[in-house]
Amino acid sequence: MDAKLKETILNPIFKGNPITVLVLGICSSLAVTVTMKGALVMALSVIVVTGISSLILSLLRNTIPGRVRIIVQLVVVAMMVILVDQILKSFEATYAIDKQLSVYIGLIITNCIVMGRIEAFALGNKPWPSFLDGLANGAGYGMILLVVAFFRELLGSGTLFGIDILNRFGYVPNNLVILPPFALILLGCIVWVQRSIQKDLQEK
Amino acid sequence: MEYLSLFTKSIFVDNMIFAYFLGMCSFLAVSKNVKTAAGLGVAVIAVLLITLPVNYLLNTYVLAPDALIEGVDLSFLSFIVFIAVIAAIVQIVEMLVEKFSPELYSALGIFLPLIAVNCAILGGSLFMQQKDFINIGEATVYALGSGIGWFLAIVSLAAIREKMSYSNVPDALKGLGITFITVGLMGIAFMTFMGISL
Repeated sequence: MDAKLKETILNPIFKGNPITVLVLGICSSLAVTVTMKGALVMALSVIVVTGISSLILSLLRNTIPGRVRIIVQLVVVAMMVILVDQILKSFEATYAIDKQLSVYIGLIITNCIVMGRIEAFALGNKPWPSFLDGLANGAGYGMILLVVAFFRELLGSGTLFGIDILNRFGYVPNNLVILPPFALILLGCIVWVQRSIQKDLQEK
Repeated sequence: MEYLSLFTKSIFVDNMIFAYFLGMCSFLAVSKNVKTAAGLGVAVIAVLLITLPVNYLLNTYVLAPDALIEGVDLSFLSFIVFIAVIAAIVQIVEMLVEKFSPELYSALGIFLPLIAVNCAILGGSLFMQQKDFINIGEATVYALGSGIGWFLAIVSLAAIREKMSYSNVPDALKGLGITFITVGLMGIAFMTFMGISL
C-alpha cells in the first residue's frame, strides 16, 4: 500500500478527526452515547453510509452536472440511510435496539461528515481512495462516539454493553453522566486532551 | 390549553439543542457574535414553521399506512420525502425573500441555503413523525416552539462567547473545547425546566 493511501486512512482517525478537529457531524451523534450498544450501532451505520455513498458518488463524479450535485448527493445518501434503517428495523426485535435510535439514523442524512467528505474528497478522487476515505472518516467519528459512550455508560450506569462492571463493588451510578449535556462536557475534555498533545491545533 | 403546554415544552423541555443536540454544526460555527446568530435563529424559525406542517400533511395523507392506497405502507420513504421537501422549500423561500425583501435577503443571505442541511429542520420533521400529533395545529405549534428554543439557545451562546473572549482560558481549551463545555453547562441549566407542564 502506498504512502498516500495510508495517509488517507490514518489521517481521519486522529490528526484530522472529523469530530474534534473538523467539528463535523456532532448533531446526530451525542444523543446515542448513553450506552455502548447504541454508540456501536450508530458508528457502524455511519461507517457504512459514508463509505458506500463516497464510493457511489465518486463513480458518478464525471457525470453529475455541478449545479445539481447537492440534490444528487442528498438522494444517494438518503437512499443509503433508508437501506441501513430498514436493516436495523429488521434486527430491532432480535437485538433490542432502542427505537429512538431510528430518528438519529435518519439524521445521518444531514450529518455533515457524509456531505463534507463527498464534497471535499469523493468528487475529486478515484473510487477506491474515496471509499477508503469514507470508511476512515466514519471510523474516526465512531471512535469518538465509543470513547464518550464508554465513560457515560461506565460512570452513569456502572455497566459496559449492559454487563455489570462497577455496581458489584458498591458503586452508586452518577445520574448526571446520563443527562445529555454531560456528553458535551466529555467531548470538550477530549478536545482539551487532543490539543494538549497536538499543539498546532490550538486556536489563538 | 394543550397548545400552550406543547409550546412551552418544545421551547424549554424538549429544546432542540440542549436536549437533542440538533443543529449543532451551525450552532457552533455561527455563534461567534450575537447579530449573525440572531439572523440564523430567525431563519431557522421561519423554515421550521413552513416545512413541519407540510411534512405533517405529507406524512398523514401520503406516507402513513393505508393513507394513499389501501394496504400500502410508504413510511419507509419518509427520509427521502422529508429531505426533498426541505431542500425545495428552502430554495423557494430563498427566491421569495430575494424577490420581495432584498434587505432581509442580504442580512440572511449565506445562512438560507445552509439551513437545508441543518439537522434541526430534518430532526423536527422526524420527531413530528414519532410524536403522532393529532392535527396540523399541534404540528405548527411544535414547529414554532422548537424554532424559538433553537433561537434562544444560539443567541445566548453567542452572547456568552462574546464575553468569553476577555477571559483567561487554557491554551488547549480555547475555541472549540471551552465552547463544548459551555454548551454542556447551559444544557444542565436547561434541565431544570424538566417536568414542567402547564
